[in-house]
Amino acid sequence: MADIAFLLLIFFLVTTTIASDKGILNILPPKLDPNIPPPDIKVNERNIFTILINANDQLLVEGEYADTEGLDMEVKEFILNFGNPTDDEAVQLFNTLPPSLKALARRLPESSDDPGEAVVSIKTNRGTSYETYLEVFDLVKKAYFDIYAARVNLDTDEYRSLTGKDDAEVSLQNRGKEGIPMAISIAEPDKLGGN
Amino acid sequence: MGKFGKKAKVEVNIPTSALPDIIFMLLFFFMVTTVLREQDILVEQKIPAATQLQKLQKKTLISYIFIGKPKNTALYGVEPRVQANDALMNPADIRQWVNQERDMLPEADRGLITISIKADRDVKMGPISDVQFELREADARRVLYASIGKVVKD
Repeated sequence: MADIAFLLLIFFLVTTTIASDKGILNILPPKLDPNIPPPDIKVNERNIFTILINANDQLLVEGEYADTEGLDMEVKEFILNFGNPTDDEAVQLFNTLPPSLKALARRLPESSDDPGEAVVSIKTNRGTSYETYLEVFDLVKKAYFDIYAARVNLDTDEYRSLTGKDDAEVSLQNRGKEGIPMAISIAEPDKLGGN
Repeated sequence: MGKFGKKAKVEVNIPTSALPDIIFMLLFFFMVTTVLREQDILVEQKIPAATQLQKLQKKTLISYIFIGKPKNTALYGVEPRVQANDALMNPADIRQWVNQERDMLPEADRGLITISIKADRDVKMGPISDVQFELREADARRVLYASIGKVVKD
């Protein structure tokens, strides 16, 4: 009896693949309607944090050669810069932030006006490796999740594991996100050097 | 002299009467957790690592798309290919596939369909962006870049 059970046990041990459905969620932009010209949105250059990745997997962050080390911190400082809050809401938002995040607001004139305006743009090349792209995307996401988690007094891992299965989790998620939209723009890759 | 031979003999008796029960318990655990692969994966899959992983609440909403170098290079070549369901397909066919997958979901959930992109880490962004373009066209805009957890060094 035990022998048969052992045999079956070994069979299932070997065939088991524990399915993992974890990953990084990204919402793609809606498709363009050919009849409607793309909206002409004017965004000040200082409100866009540009990350370019070339076909050799080298990074150009805000016009300077960089690597992925410390990129999440730079993104965080960019989002929370509060250089020139455009309206009362942004000022109120600043007042609700915990001290640890207020300390990041350096109010530089060449960085973002307020978190509602800030956009992080990632542009790759068709030859960029998927791994590098994902690493950069991961770091930008980390910057946002760090901010959200700090606002609701959670660990970043704890905040990320909220799935919104009950009202308490949904309200935590919303309190973290409120006023700071996760604005990550993935530009269409350019064709040089790719296939 | 030489009186090493005598060692105190300790009787060690592990009770084994409960062994079959334990084996059965393990057996049932693995039987329940096993998901038998319904499809052969025809492309290489070395999933990249990342830190900011999220888990989706509803697994039924996820459809999988595999991107990578074909395993059978003699037949399919070395360029990265896209696999959905059981066969390799061209990017142009993805739209139809998404619509088929969407039709299988209950009507209320159709807008929430999520495509899990399981791409090999050696794939370039070119094929990925082609797939993403098709997904935009098919209006399946929730994309999950499947990845495994990375150990962070502090």
